[in-house]
Amino acid sequence: MYIVVIGGGKVGYYLAKALLGEGHEVLIIEKDAGVCEEINEELGSISLRGDGCEAATLAEAGTERADMLIAVTGDDEDNLVSCQVSKHKFNVPRTIARLKNPQNETLFKMLGIDVTISSTNVILEHIEEEVPTHALTHLLVLEGQEIVEIKIPPEASTVGKAIRDFSLPPDSKLLLIAREKGKNVVPAPNTILAVGDRIIALTTHDTEEKLRDILVGD
Amino acid sequence: MNVLIVGCGRVGAWLARLLDADGHQVTVLDTDAYSFRRLRFPGLLNEFKGTALVGNGIDQDTLKKAGIEQADVFIALTQGDNRNIMASQIAKHIFKVPRVICRIYDPLRQELYSNLGIGAISPTAIFADLLKAQLEGKAEK
Repeated sequence: MYIVVIGGGKVGYYLAKALLGEGHEVLIIEKDAGVCEEINEELGSISLRGDGCEAATLAEAGTERADMLIAVTGDDEDNLVSCQVSKHKFNVPRTIARLKNPQNETLFKMLGIDVTISSTNVILEHIEEEVPTHALTHLLVLEGQEIVEIKIPPEASTVGKAIRDFSLPPDSKLLLIAREKGKNVVPAPNTILAVGDRIIALTTHDTEEKLRDILVGD
Repeated sequence: MNVLIVGCGRVGAWLARLLDADGHQVTVLDTDAYSFRRLRFPGLLNEFKGTALVGNGIDQDTLKKAGIEQADVFIALTQGDNRNIMASQIAKHIFKVPRVICRIYDPLRQELYSNLGIGAISPTAIFADLLKAQLEGKAEK
């Protein structure tokens, strides 16, 4: 595949290196001449100096034959414009943008950016997983919905109670209860919650805290 | 009209004062409070009596605080084309502001975003045309 990467910072550099390793053809567009030189010295002549938001630079990079464009500069607005210009002017089939502000995800999706990756969210999710006191972990964010994992701690007031005893928010659904040694249970109204249960549930951003409160019984 | 202007540079401040003098309800947003001095410069225009707020025009929470939900018109006049483009698209698509105007210096980007429904104006093209007309003696004197 031919992949154009916008931004030659740390993310762009290691991304290009990994993509080259997988046998793809890669070009990095970077504004800073010094950074371009460093990339060319270390990875071979794969950088082009220029503004990745400008149609002229993108044309020079042969963006019209690119299979994918990945914008990973440190500025959300620059990543957005690079993706939009390459989509609308060069018909790039797949555009991926890095996001700093997770709030921008909805806008980017609305504007046709195929994939957004919020570095802030990714880091936050990994930290959540490592903090044992935090009962709720985000596993996957879908459009408008999300899949979360809620752990039942020993002090939860819901231990020993059946699922039918709780009134769950209407937009939330329990999908699976993961138990130790792979003894997984598909939640039914008479399923009794136990300490250490990891409940996998489909919910929304707005109701996740309510769902957590109901299942943990705070 | 209820107008929200993002970017209090020379153009932003001048426009804010003109609209304010005409009795419109104007809010100006800028990341740097020092820019607001332009709203008070003595001379040709009356002092600005609207609202000036410090904040980032591409942050949705900040825009809400600046009253974007009540705005009839949104105008993006920061120094960065991409910032203006993003702010305008937030105004148009997230907050459904009825009228969105955006300054884009790069004429190519201006053309693209006009086609995407943003009221984009390129001062570069306009000013170059104006100069050319003057030089060729076609301008009104």
